[in-house]
Amino acid sequence: MDYVFDFSFLESFRSEIINGVRLTVMLTVVSILPGFALGTACAVGRLYGPRWLQTAVTIYVEAIRNTPLIIQVFWLFFGLTVLGARIGPFNAAVIALVINTGAYSAEIMRAGFQAIPKGQLEAANCLAMTRRQIFWNIQLPQAAELVYPALVSQFILMMLATSIMSQISVEELTGVGYQVQSITFRGFDVYLVIAVLYLALATMLRLCLHGAAQLAFTRLRKLRTPL
Amino acid sequence: MLGVSLDQYGFLVQGAFWTVVLSLMGFVGGTIVGLPVALARISRGWFLCRLSSVYVQFVQGIPLPVIMFVVYFGVSIYGFDVNALVAAAIAMTLYSSAYLGEIWKGCIQAVPKTQWEAGECLALTNLQRFIYVILPQALRIAVPPTVGFLVQIVKNTSYSVVIGFFDLTYSAKILNNATFKPFVIFTAAALIYFAICFPLSRYARRFELRLHRRNA
Repeated sequence: MDYVFDFSFLESFRSEIINGVRLTVMLTVVSILPGFALGTACAVGRLYGPRWLQTAVTIYVEAIRNTPLIIQVFWLFFGLTVLGARIGPFNAAVIALVINTGAYSAEIMRAGFQAIPKGQLEAANCLAMTRRQIFWNIQLPQAAELVYPALVSQFILMMLATSIMSQISVEELTGVGYQVQSITFRGFDVYLVIAVLYLALATMLRLCLHGAAQLAFTRLRKLRTPL
Repeated sequence: MLGVSLDQYGFLVQGAFWTVVLSLMGFVGGTIVGLPVALARISRGWFLCRLSSVYVQFVQGIPLPVIMFVVYFGVSIYGFDVNALVAAAIAMTLYSSAYLGEIWKGCIQAVPKTQWEAGECLALTNLQRFIYVILPQALRIAVPPTVGFLVQIVKNTSYSVVIGFFDLTYSAKILNNATFKPFVIFTAAALIYFAICFPLSRYARRFELRLHRRNA
């Protein structure tokens, strides 16, 4: 095989590629926290809410988890356009990611809440803490810490999933790759570079989330032990 | 129905057929490649262990659409005329083998260590020990997560739309361009995906509960 690699596009399309990376990072960063908040709210609703709320959350979670993200994105983006709401591709992408991540983190957080040892809640009750205090000071931190590795994997999967957003003309990294290859006809070389960039982004995101865990979970930082 | 003709729904079903075909190819390919990956992950040889771990981390750190593109453009530089189905099947194989390998590695490790030791006491060879003692037990543990991962495979075949493979998502996209009834069409497509995935999810959960009950 006499294939000659040609990475000269890195020079000529540098700003486009940087913009693509920036957009991918933006999509990820903007979607993580709302997605996590939505997921936590849903987990709480499903565990402690009234009957109708439990049913509603279950339907939402199952509907999202059993259909592909790209169909959800298309549904939202093209559907809203027909309704006359012009929200723009970037917003549509973020909304879809938040809804999607919400469903997955709801299941993860539900497992977290259920895994908290009963003694913790009994102890909190003995200290006459209110329901709200128990939730914010006891349940939420412990649940989040218990399932943190699963959450990290989920957020990384979400970052990788942003690669589909070029389908609704959000020109993130994969979309930029497509543009560059359609101009240079170096599809293989271009996507090898894109793949390496995603690997680097995934590694960086993992490091950042682990750093965040060190800051957020004081017990973890002081004792250096898993829960 | 709802401004979309029966023929057009038929077009969606045609796409769904190829989604199922690609899913099966991805699963079969993923099994064939994933099993050695799982074995390499637990092997005591430093090189094999390292190599398979790097492989898994690479595949898990690259989005599936990009894997699809790399395969699609990569195969063609060898001078083969690639059909989107072949490229998508190879990409799905790479993708599912990494995840399945990781899942099965966990299942093999979940077999209690005493089982290995007991096998050793009975003077079984390494191979015998693995095939007659460990594997049957690991298989039972492996059923729920494997069925669960099938859902991921079915859903992720939708990414093959980026290389223009005609699957359910692609047919829905074309139909939407033709009729511009996004709610109807994408809801129908979502329902078809749901009809494929939801039973699998349920099965996975039921298997898991049964397994827990047996172990309890």
